[in-house]
Amino acid sequence: MADYDIPKITGEDGIVDIPNLQPDAMKGHGPWVSKPEFQEDMHFPTDFTMPENVENYGDASTLVENWKERALDKMGDLKSRYRSLQVFLDICVKCGACTDKCHYYIGTTDPKNMPVARQDLLRKVYRRYFTFAGKFFGKMGMPGFVGAAELTEDVVKDWYNYYHQCSQCRRCSVFCPYGIDTAEISMAAREILDHIGMGQKYCTEIMGKLNKIGNNLGLPEAALADTLEGLEEDIFDDTGVDVKLPLDKKGSDILLITPSADFFAEPHVDGLMGYAKVFHELGLDWTLSSYASEGANFGMFIGSYENMRRISLRIRKAAQDLGVKRIVFGECGHAWRVAYSFLNTLAGPFDFLDQNYPVPQHVLEITEPALAAGKLNIDKSQNDDKVLTFHDSCNIARGSRMGDKPGGQFVLPRNVIKAVCNNYVDMPADTIHDATYCCGGGGGILTDDLMEIRVKGAQPRMEALKHVTDQHQVTHMAAICAICKSQFTKVVPYYGFTMDMIVSVHQLVSNAIVLKGQLTEEEIEARDAEEEAERIAAKEAREKAAAEKAEKESKDSAN
Amino acid sequence: MVIGVIYAVLFWTATIVLVLGVANKIRIYAKTPAPLKIPTTPAPVTQSGVFLRMFQEVFLFKSLFRADKLLWILGMLFHYTMLIIVLRHFRYVQDPVWGVIQFVQPFGIYAGFLFVIGLLGLMARRVFIDRIRYITSPSDIAMLLLLILIGVSGLMMQFVSPTNIIMVKAFFRGLIAFDWQPLPADVPLLIHLGLVATLMLIFPISKLLHAPGIFFSPTRNQIDNPREKRHVSAWAAELDKQGKTYLDELDQGK
Repeated sequence: MADYDIPKITGEDGIVDIPNLQPDAMKGHGPWVSKPEFQEDMHFPTDFTMPENVENYGDASTLVENWKERALDKMGDLKSRYRSLQVFLDICVKCGACTDKCHYYIGTTDPKNMPVARQDLLRKVYRRYFTFAGKFFGKMGMPGFVGAAELTEDVVKDWYNYYHQCSQCRRCSVFCPYGIDTAEISMAAREILDHIGMGQKYCTEIMGKLNKIGNNLGLPEAALADTLEGLEEDIFDDTGVDVKLPLDKKGSDILLITPSADFFAEPHVDGLMGYAKVFHELGLDWTLSSYASEGANFGMFIGSYENMRRISLRIRKAAQDLGVKRIVFGECGHAWRVAYSFLNTLAGPFDFLDQNYPVPQHVLEITEPALAAGKLNIDKSQNDDKVLTFHDSCNIARGSRMGDKPGGQFVLPRNVIKAVCNNYVDMPADTIHDATYCCGGGGGILTDDLMEIRVKGAQPRMEALKHVTDQHQVTHMAAICAICKSQFTKVVPYYGFTMDMIVSVHQLVSNAIVLKGQLTEEEIEARDAEEEAERIAAKEAREKAAAEKAEKESKDSAN
Repeated sequence: MVIGVIYAVLFWTATIVLVLGVANKIRIYAKTPAPLKIPTTPAPVTQSGVFLRMFQEVFLFKSLFRADKLLWILGMLFHYTMLIIVLRHFRYVQDPVWGVIQFVQPFGIYAGFLFVIGLLGLMARRVFIDRIRYITSPSDIAMLLLLILIGVSGLMMQFVSPTNIIMVKAFFRGLIAFDWQPLPADVPLLIHLGLVATLMLIFPISKLLHAPGIFFSPTRNQIDNPREKRHVSAWAAELDKQGKTYLDELDQGK
């Protein structure tokens, strides 16, 4: 399946033993670089040319003129605008508490994937050019004594390669005695790279589509409307109930913002049908927007406040144009971090919305209380073919909240799953809640040109999953993040699982919910049989008419 | 007397560098905006909750406890014995000596041994654990050696070759009053004081900045209330104000 070794998992205790270092195990040219045309629209420099051969991507041949000076200028600019960066670059004591916490280090054994070593790729340049100690020892020709280093093309290549082996999941920051967050460093590094001709194609191309059309897929309004109509038909076929998925419906109460993967990918789309059923059942008046048909915001991944804000402002505009009262987000990890933690900052104030509800709100903040209050009619046995476990998505676990209390982001999804399923088992404690392991595909690396790191980075999660499938008969893993779901469906087969074991949380709700007026299975069978009979009868009638006509014609021609 | 003058100049310089250097760094940390809410969640939702979180981090090393039990033990040992030792040393500058300083005197001596043991443990980690060895710079080793030598030279004076404490105290009292006083010409004392001055000198230009820096760490000191309270930094507010998307489009005159 691949030209690299897939890590072995045992399932014994669900925890991967910390491996020994293998320097340069993941040395490489990194992901595909971004073309000037993608960079331009996002106000990044474009004075570079693309190498003809993909193999030369990430080899620094795209660097802009005076790249070194411009990289240092950008670093200076960023550290003056982000306290996190300034403080984190200064205060790391290299204690090593984080060294065994990163799923990419565990899965690859490359020491530059240890959080502190990843930070040091940038920190050593900061030390050399922005601190007294680094300048002093640098001039004496021994910058390495104080952990400083000259900025060279090799350093930039390492930046490009290893800052795209970080999913910005923040697991390291949980364990750091100073809360140093490698995500902040990796975002800053990517922002610098974008300013010297080494942006990443995957992120910038996708953001270009969003800026132009409204979603990461480049799905235009007509296609989106078609898709939603198809989903309405699917629900009708399954239930006999006319559940709507409205688009651009002015004057609705709720604007639903959801990752565009929910419109077509499996198992995402089953989740979308789940939200629709919940809204329908609760009598909520809601709509999607074709202008802001995307929950994802890759501006965060590339550390660009300006581009992240630009995308967020589409949501504000859509809410104003449609005249809604509330904004609700669907199942997406980083989207919920941007929504919960940043949206008010980037696109607020939201004083034009109904202040009786949090702005924005997560769909689970609607479903969970509704289930608890018994407002939804649930038949748990519909999920009896499954034993569930739940994957805490990193951005939700460590970068956001749900509900009123700290930690609600762990409680609400589990409450919902337990309310609609009879069988639930958690994975080992060191791999869930705020110690959750990333799926391996977050932070802007969910792209085929980074398959190796995605597969290897999934190892800690796969080990924990193997433990519960082997020891606790777990059959399915639920997730509340579009990236997690896409990553897992692609990567679990490498570890011997089947891709359909990954489910959306609202897919489980969708399975178990019994809508008002919903037909029973027998009724649906009867309905389908009736329709089939009508179809056959109509067909027979047509054939009979055709035969009669043919007979008549042959008679006519005989005459 | 020459030694007294040299060390007086050294300690005055070191004190100025330490105070102004750290003050300057604190000024930089304080004035640098934090444009986004990035507490590592679950995070406190109130200011008092943040105080509690910071207290647990600063005094109990809570996150470190979750991360690495051995390092936590060594770190606690080293930092708390250092605290006791520093308190104990107040008697060389105070007159009269506070009760609390008198109280810690006997503990200070045991603390000296534990201090060195803790540091040796931290050094061993850097030598024997491959991950820690990889991230260690020569300066990390040098800093541990500096602290170990400070501890050892201090213990030497306590147990091997005592120095003239009365003279030392007169010297430091003199420093405060800008009154030159001689120092005993004992090698352990001069090494001890020289290394302490070095530690003070490198404080503001090294990783020792973690001490003031942790109070400015946005992942730990922010309240988790982004939906309830809009948080906008000055440079970002300018984008809103001027209705622009990119910083390079801003009218800089405003």
